[in-house]
Amino acid sequence: MARRARLPRASRTVLRPPASVGRSVPRLEGLDKVTGRALYVDDLRVPGVLHGRTVRSTIARGRIKRVRLDPAFDWSGVVVADHRDIPGENLVALIEDDQPLLAAEEIHHAEEPILLLAHEDPERVEAATRAVRIEYEPLEPVLTIEDSLARKAPLYRDDNVFKNILIERGDVERGLAGSDLVIEGEYRCGHQEQLYIENNGMIAERTPDGGLLVRGSLQCPYYVHKALVRAFALPPDKVRIVQTVTGGGFGGKEEYPSMIGGHAALLAWKSGRPVKIVYDRLEDIAATTKRHPAAIKLRTGVRRDGTLVANAIDIVMDGGAYVTLSPVVLSRGAIHAAGPYRCPNVSIRARAVATNTPPNGAFRGFGAPQTQFAVECHMDRIAAALGLDPLELRRRNAYRLGDVTPTGQVLRESVGALEALETAARRARWAERRARHERENRDNEARERPAGLGGAAAGRRRGETSRNGAGPRANGRRLRRGIGLALAYHGAGFTGSGEVKLGSIAALDLSHDGRPRILSASTEIGQGTTTMFAQLVAETLGVPADFVAVETPDTGLVPDSGPTVASRTCMVVGGLLEKCARAMRERLELFAERPIRDARDFQRIARRFLAERGPLRFERGYEKPPEIEWDDDRYRGDAYGVFSYGCCVVEVEVDLDTGETRVLRTIATADIGKAIHPILAAGQIEGGTVQGLGYGLLEEVRWKDGRVWNHQLTNYIIPTSMDASPIEVVIVELPYSRGPFGAKGVGELPMDAPAPAIVAAIAHATGARIDEIPVTPERLLEGLRDGARRDGSRSSPGSRRGGKRS
Amino acid sequence: MRSALSTLEVVRPRSLDHALEALGRSVSGERLVPLAGGTDLFVYLNAGTPPGTRYLDLWGLRELRGIRVRDGGVRLGALTTFREIREHPVLGRRFPSLVAAAAEVGAWQIQNRATLAGNIANASPAGDSLPVLMAHDAKVDVRSARGAREVAFERLYRGYRELTVDADELITAVTLPFPPARSFPFFRKVGTRRAQSISKVVFSGLLALDRERRIAHVRLAYGSVAPVTLRARRAERALRGEPLAASVAARARAALAEDIAPIDDIRSSRDYRLAVAGNLLEQFLRAAAESRARR
Ligand SMILES: Cc1cc2nc3c(=O)[nH]c(=O)nc-3n(C[C@H](O)[C@H](O)[C@H](O)COP(=O)(O)OP(=O)(O)OC[C@H]3O[C@@H](n4cnc5c(N)ncnc54)[C@H](O)[C@@H]3O)c2cc1C
Repeated sequence: MARRARLPRASRTVLRPPASVGRSVPRLEGLDKVTGRALYVDDLRVPGVLHGRTVRSTIARGRIKRVRLDPAFDWSGVVVADHRDIPGENLVALIEDDQPLLAAEEIHHAEEPILLLAHEDPERVEAATRAVRIEYEPLEPVLTIEDSLARKAPLYRDDNVFKNILIERGDVERGLAGSDLVIEGEYRCGHQEQLYIENNGMIAERTPDGGLLVRGSLQCPYYVHKALVRAFALPPDKVRIVQTVTGGGFGGKEEYPSMIGGHAALLAWKSGRPVKIVYDRLEDIAATTKRHPAAIKLRTGVRRDGTLVANAIDIVMDGGAYVTLSPVVLSRGAIHAAGPYRCPNVSIRARAVATNTPPNGAFRGFGAPQTQFAVECHMDRIAAALGLDPLELRRRNAYRLGDVTPTGQVLRESVGALEALETAARRARWAERRARHERENRDNEARERPAGLGGAAAGRRRGETSRNGAGPRANGRRLRRGIGLALAYHGAGFTGSGEVKLGSIAALDLSHDGRPRILSASTEIGQGTTTMFAQLVAETLGVPADFVAVETPDTGLVPDSGPTVASRTCMVVGGLLEKCARAMRERLELFAERPIRDARDFQRIARRFLAERGPLRFERGYEKPPEIEWDDDRYRGDAYGVFSYGCCVVEVEVDLDTGETRVLRTIATADIGKAIHPILAAGQIEGGTVQGLGYGLLEEVRWKDGRVWNHQLTNYIIPTSMDASPIEVVIVELPYSRGPFGAKGVGELPMDAPAPAIVAAIAHATGARIDEIPVTPERLLEGLRDGARRDGSRSSPGSRRGGKRS
Repeated sequence: MRSALSTLEVVRPRSLDHALEALGRSVSGERLVPLAGGTDLFVYLNAGTPPGTRYLDLWGLRELRGIRVRDGGVRLGALTTFREIREHPVLGRRFPSLVAAAAEVGAWQIQNRATLAGNIANASPAGDSLPVLMAHDAKVDVRSARGAREVAFERLYRGYRELTVDADELITAVTLPFPPARSFPFFRKVGTRRAQSISKVVFSGLLALDRERRIAHVRLAYGSVAPVTLRARRAERALRGEPLAASVAARARAALAEDIAPIDDIRSSRDYRLAVAGNLLEQFLRAAAESRARR
């Protein structure tokens, strides 16, 4: 009754529906998360559940001679499964069918799963894992890129190369010969662990209809679906995959859930009971995928004024033991390898090689952070060799509208490279800060030179410096400060013909209570998919975002909108949803014979529609924009519909006594097209920047005989909030005509620039140019000690060769 | 959690005497492991490497709490947390290097639970409070049902993770004498990051000059550069009686290389630790010289 009384208010004429896109509305699932109501996979209580564990190989390469269950242990109630129990094919279906779900005989990497155990009591099953004895016939493993290339042992086909890519534009050798200066450099980056907060976990159960239901923490429900259909030889409609609330992914839950999901399903299949497998941190770090390590060489010809003439790039990535996603990681890495710079002659040769380490996989950026780390470090080396300001060198070469990429893609619209660069430089007060750090570093060095122990002068000076805010010599410390920048770009969506092959579908229907409901397989993994999708639909329908329902990604309910990866969710899937919403609006307005006014009006019309006409559902599939062409065989054409651009400027302070680097201040600009939800977008940029900081400074996977040695949070070092600096984010919004409301991609871009920016800032502060990340204090002290990599002395204009290798 | 928690037993004593009695009795059977803040023990439990199945929970023992300031120094109860150390006004004035160390243990959450005696008894060469205690000539009160004794902190460790405290003994308190007049205290932790980090090198120094501006009193204590936290006695000798000069620093640094025996491990390398240990020594001497000059 009270509702009726307020009716006149609803019938007021609303000139403009409340805008949703571009506003930072509250996250739809935020309250559940902060109040603890959200249930993650390990929170789910399933009656009769068994707890699953995985017994893994302790050697990196060899053969299993014998698997024995210790007879002294009480095995009653323990379910044991191995490769012979797999009803379908023993593989984790992805790109190539080379990775087994469980090792049968050959061991290709440490931590390879061999045996699965389950028991009602988690303590009993834990004890059971220690009562399994596996005898091996070990073989000498291949653990590095170099050993793989040298074919120390044959691991894959006859050359150990999973994938070869060659991208060519112009004539590189002629270009190099015709340049004023050729600069060479070689750069390396190591593994990086995704380190989502929630470890991998899955619950599997048999369904009454003879199928499987698998729920868990994942990014791509249809990847798991595809893998399980093959491993269990089930018809697709008998396998149902449901995402549970997921505590982060960063790519680490792109392909791996097919493995752990397959394991839980196998134990459930064999026991007939629901089975839960949740890794602890030790297992998750030791066994799951990492970012591909890479070794990258650049040979770059420039004119004296800094114009790039030719760039010859050679990339080798370590794929680990199986193909998994390496070909596509390599592809994205190769395409981005020349950076966001115009250059008429480019050749990019890229290889992914096999080693006996756990397969490397998807990680935010997908190959591009590695190659752009290299090219950005190289740009700074070029600038130093030419005596140019690194900002100026980039300014001269950065992509403009109409420029052509190494694959021959013409940049037709939304090219924000310069804007990202100039905005960052302005915000950072680049020239002023640069000059100031140089001046202060010189003063400090001069003060320290007598190697005396301070005394009166030092004391007085100290007072001075702290007054002007620099304080570079507190409590006997010898500190240097520097500023560095890096520019990057990142293609949104699947590479090349990927989106066409995916053929994503998203849908929008009406819920029983007359609300729009989003149906897609795109997952909320902390990045804001749910809210952003709701906003896109809400904006189009003229309703508030929280009026829109978002269905759980469940392969039994939602169409395959593709994986939640590749910065594609907003631009590609969001675009489909926007189209669905437009169609729905049209349909309902036609039905009502008038415009929809607001949410209440929408609901009234929708209910009437449901009552009179029945269900309403719109589905839209990906359609290739006609202007986009890609040739898979020749690797030529439009690699991506559009690129996002970002610049990162950091100021650091280096302690010369310890090699510790502290990031003092970070500016991150990002041209991502329209920011649908500015706070979430900024959150992506801040988070990616900190992850990039970890990549550049701290995060190093240490190995011992092919096994991860530091598989604990205490020794795999990611940055804490204390290690992060304040980050100023500036979003540049150059719209993309094919993105929803002009949106491009944001997820991965922020990962690309921070590491090289930090390396540049360290070089500016200390003169030591470190070509390998992370720049740990150990590596930096060594670099400072041998001084071999210092600038200036090695490459001078006019010489034919420059850089550290000359 | 890789340990079977259901198999563990926790004994909650009513008083210190009761605790010591229970501990004494346990020595003949399955030993009771003292449990203070649990910040070290839980790490072992989670990793599936618990040091025992029976635990003696000390947390409720009032006798082991409190920081008392006396004539010649301070006495810190075994259960004193790093947070309490961090916030104590007298410690802040008289033992700034102890407070600095406390502020760098883990982060706030850990400092609320982690105890001084736990840090000592865990006997990690990376324990952050240990070099400070050593530089300040700390003494450790140890008690069992058999009686009480006082051990010089310096003589507490027999070898890697091995204490001279017996299985039936508890650490009850730590006493620190006030340092000599106008001495210069110093602490520097070089960890793997800025919080929640284990030391790669940790150093504490204490130094006092005489009227001739010669080094009259000096302590150099290092962690993470040998199997145990240790005093760099050769380096101290190179400094004693000398002025704060660059040449003296260089001699001390050379001597230091003989004092310490760092290794490559999961956190760092031998080379790095050697270099940084030397650099920190020089930094300490520079800081001392600067501080003198300012007076
Ligand atoms: C996330 C994290 C970060 C950390 N960071 C640091 C750091 O930065 N620096 C650092 O030094 N340490 C660090 N630690 C280690 C730990 O917090 C400290 O060593 C702490 O002081 C241990 O105290 P506790 O009371 O928690 O000891 P507990 O875990 O309760 O006990 C530790 C050991 O001491 C014994 N013990 C405890 N009290 C007594 C007593 N009164 N008499 C005899 N034996 C006793 C126990 O039996 C056990 O062997 C960290 C730990 C964690 C989990």
